[in-house]
Amino acid sequence: MGTRSLRFREALRAAMLEEMERDDSVFLLGEEVGHYQGAYKVTEGLLEKFGPKRVIDTPIAESGFAGIAIGAAMVGLRPIVEFMTWNFSAVAFDQILNNAAKLRQMSGGQLQVPIVFRAPNGSARQVGSQHSHAMEHFYAHIPGIKCIAPATPADAYGMMKTAIRDENPVLVFESETLYSLKGDVPDDPDFTVPFGVASVAREGKDISLISWSRPVHVCLDAAAELARQGIDAEVIDLRSLRPLDEETILRSVRKTHRAVIVHEGWSYGGVGAEIADRIQRFAFDDLDAPVGRVSFLDVPMPYNAALEQHVIPNTPRVVEAARAALYAR
Amino acid sequence: MTDSSKLDHLLHLYRQMQLIRRVEEEAAAAYAKGKIGGFLHLYIGQEAVAAGCSAAMRPEDTMIGTYRDHGMALVRGMSARALMAELYGKDTGCSRGLGGSMHLFDAKNRMLGGYGIVGGHIPLAAGVAFASKYRDEKAVTLCFFGEGAVPIGDFHEGLSLAALWKLPVVFICENNEFSMGTPMSRTLSVEDLTLKAPGYGMQSDRLIVEDVLEVEAHIRKAIDRAREHNEPALIELRTYRFRGHSMSDPGKYRSREEVEAHKARDPLLRARKQLVDGGREADVLRVEEEIEAEVLDAVQFAESSPEPSADLLEATTYVGPFAR
Repeated sequence: MGTRSLRFREALRAAMLEEMERDDSVFLLGEEVGHYQGAYKVTEGLLEKFGPKRVIDTPIAESGFAGIAIGAAMVGLRPIVEFMTWNFSAVAFDQILNNAAKLRQMSGGQLQVPIVFRAPNGSARQVGSQHSHAMEHFYAHIPGIKCIAPATPADAYGMMKTAIRDENPVLVFESETLYSLKGDVPDDPDFTVPFGVASVAREGKDISLISWSRPVHVCLDAAAELARQGIDAEVIDLRSLRPLDEETILRSVRKTHRAVIVHEGWSYGGVGAEIADRIQRFAFDDLDAPVGRVSFLDVPMPYNAALEQHVIPNTPRVVEAARAALYAR
Repeated sequence: MTDSSKLDHLLHLYRQMQLIRRVEEEAAAAYAKGKIGGFLHLYIGQEAVAAGCSAAMRPEDTMIGTYRDHGMALVRGMSARALMAELYGKDTGCSRGLGGSMHLFDAKNRMLGGYGIVGGHIPLAAGVAFASKYRDEKAVTLCFFGEGAVPIGDFHEGLSLAALWKLPVVFICENNEFSMGTPMSRTLSVEDLTLKAPGYGMQSDRLIVEDVLEVEAHIRKAIDRAREHNEPALIELRTYRFRGHSMSDPGKYRSREEVEAHKARDPLLRARKQLVDGGREADVLRVEEEIEAEVLDAVQFAESSPEPSADLLEATTYVGPFAR
């Protein structure tokens, strides 16, 4: 199997394009996805290829178009909904929570909702308080939906395909700051990456850094720095938050006996808290230190560039948390 | 239509309306005995809306509505047994006891729910219509909601997008004058709700519900336009619920006289009188007897049906393996 070098956005686009070619019931809708070629150019060229029936520009009415897509999915179409960013999904939250996630159960299993919601998520360089949310924490809470957050172009490609082929609602958390990241992507339209399988982004024996999406790269930077300090860190890229690859997390912690969870978004009640809980429940006797966490500081995102860097997980904070878990201050 | 076939048709609609009323009266009794839990929103007084609208639909058309959904489910073909068993929370219910009164679903008959968040299903209905158009099915979706849904955002986003994208959907506002206990004078800035339609470039129609056949005739025009020209419409049907918002509502926000005045104009009794006056009293009595048996059988069926197994819970949350 050959590979091609693609940027993250091109990998997502290739996956959508190939799945739309494969299945006529797949269509794409969202703000600026067509004529504008995508607010972040992820959907560039798709309108020209598939026409306005299958690549649909929407007005700014997230609840309305998310609901329409869910309605279309519950009778068998397979919509891909692009939110301009996940921040704007907040006004469509009811549609995702009360309709997409619940329809199957409240119909006694009569209906299913094969739909993909995707958008950039998390911090994005000084876009301020209302445009910097890490929304996966809100959504991973909800049974009935799946949440994925790839960190590499290959995973973006393979997981987007899996998402489109899934019979359940799948939420794809991308990152604006990763869209230009280049990487090798399998040159195979049948390449898919299963959900619920984490990837070991760097093997190590001293401590487990557990992360997803953009902060995986922060963890790799931190691991390089820790290596210079004689500490061999393992980096786990979860890729998928619901389902969560508990086995890979526990296997790593049982090897290193120490863990730091690194993510964007606030720590209070978030996905990191869930992971920390599972580690203490299932690997309590293997732990040599409390599980550490590095996340957004517990404040709304400031605009100021230096303060923003202060709030989001950065390499020095991850290094410091790792050293603390190793009692190596 | 000859007088005789018209009366045959009216008898069919009377049967549906009477079935709704009797099922709900028995449901209310079962609720009072603690056999049915949660919320129970009765449709009594509004039956001519569901029956009249359904009569104008084809089997491939879809109905979607609110939590006041018993009437809709029955007119689209759900059995009284499946409905009553759902109210009892039993495994034999339409949604296997997992949905309850507010979430009746019958995919086979294209009754696609019963929704508990006011207005949240309006975009869904537009989405079902979107799919019909996408696949060129020439099918129409009917979306029901009360006037209490008109102030919420999803009403406006749903109508705006349906008009923009020319979707074959008919929005039916069942204006029963009260959103729970608040009269429309305190929830809406206009009394004529069809005034919302021109702002979206949408057709509209308005009717006081007295005669089930009149409802059918008005809705048929809107359905035909939707089917043939992909023109959505907003229809306001002025109606009245004789019971409280739900079983827990004592109805202190309106006078007994007001309710009695509306009951005197009960569309169900009007249909019955038309049939009797047309010489069909024997048919009416036969239908009523059949319905009695059907309803009592439904209660018995619900009583004796098994509870759903906990094994259902995860299997109905995801298709395939549970995502945890």
